[in-house]
Amino acid sequence: MIALVKRDLILALRAGGGFGLALAFYLILVSLVPLAVGPETGRLAEIAPGILWLGALLANLLSLDRIFQLDWEDGALEGLATAPLPLEGIALAKALAHWLSVGLPLAVLAPVLAVLLNLPGAAIPWLVAALVLGTPALSMIGTFGAALTVGVKRGGLLLSLLVLPLYVPSLIFGALTVARAATEQDPLPSLALVAGLSMASWAGLPFAAAGALRINLR
Amino acid sequence: MLIEVDNLAGGRAGLQLFDGLSFTLRPGEALRISGPNGTGKSTLLRILAGLTPAMGGAIRMPPETLLYTGHGDGLKSALSTRENLAFWAGLYGDASEHTLSHALERFDLTGLAERRIAELSAGQRRRASLARLALSARPLWFLDEPTTSLDPAQSARFEAILAAHLIAGGGAIIASHLEVAPCTAELDLSDYQARRALPDDLFAMEDIAVDAAPVQTRRGTL
Repeated sequence: MIALVKRDLILALRAGGGFGLALAFYLILVSLVPLAVGPETGRLAEIAPGILWLGALLANLLSLDRIFQLDWEDGALEGLATAPLPLEGIALAKALAHWLSVGLPLAVLAPVLAVLLNLPGAAIPWLVAALVLGTPALSMIGTFGAALTVGVKRGGLLLSLLVLPLYVPSLIFGALTVARAATEQDPLPSLALVAGLSMASWAGLPFAAAGALRINLR
Repeated sequence: MLIEVDNLAGGRAGLQLFDGLSFTLRPGEALRISGPNGTGKSTLLRILAGLTPAMGGAIRMPPETLLYTGHGDGLKSALSTRENLAFWAGLYGDASEHTLSHALERFDLTGLAERRIAELSAGQRRRASLARLALSARPLWFLDEPTTSLDPAQSARFEAILAAHLIAGGGAIIASHLEVAPCTAELDLSDYQARRALPDDLFAMEDIAVDAAPVQTRRGTL
């Protein structure tokens, strides 16, 4: 399992990997927002939690179809499916590698972008916490979606349609955590919900993803 | 006993390709599956490997037995040969330097170890893919067209490796149009074609059938 996580991380970092793409997208999206809605700091601060979470979510979505598609195309997925590691473990390793190469860097980049949107300083630690605890759910749900659509040519659209509704709870409570911290309310309950969503998805979805892979490998 | 197949039936995309297939493979034996395109050679291998469900019959095999290499080479072009093999070795549980260099040496890849897969020729890639076989101790190899794009010298090298594997008590089932010298038996899948209630003209179409479209035609009449 460690071998698989390690290989996927190396692949993400090498040329052609999805590592830089998600970060660049996040950076571009957030830095364009002040140009689109106007540089009024009060209004920017108000929409900042939503924009920062939405941007992270969309950046996450960009790299999902790479999770299984490349391994499917070159036959590595068949090798993985017949290897000693069960498919559930493979789904888990894939989601972990995706989170380490996309979710975690987004959470690290977020405080910098938060300054661009004039998010109150007190909310920044909560933003990072919400992203660190919330993006694992996005990676795991995305891995499940990627497993469902792995055999489909140009399955990106289908994947987005399948995955986006499942992303909604994380988005709502993630953005709420940051918004409450920005308005000096207690952000802890919604942060706990964000973390709970991540834990629930990691507990259940590897099994669903493995089942979907088994069907698609037939 | 490495594998025992009893009255197996299988096919793909809902279409049955063969039935009534029975054989056993003991250590030291290698079976070559032959037959024209579309008779189900790859499908049979996938069923034996557990990737595709069988349509009938039984397969008995001890756990942790099989090692499968399919049409795809399973290699990442952005990684070097060594990195690719190190990944598979790690997955099979033994990524020691000794195992890696042994595998590279056996498949004549030592000189290519640090080259990226993207820079290799088709035959070199095929060898890098086959080198996975030397990374695992699993005894039963399922190989789909293993000698494709290998030159005669490298084919001979592969046959020597296979022969050594058989002497060591392993086994292999190989889908191939070409003779593979160490194989002890041959199974022609066209002898096991599933009987289908089809008009004669559709049978005639089979000769030119290549891929999905004819399958749909036939499925439509079933």
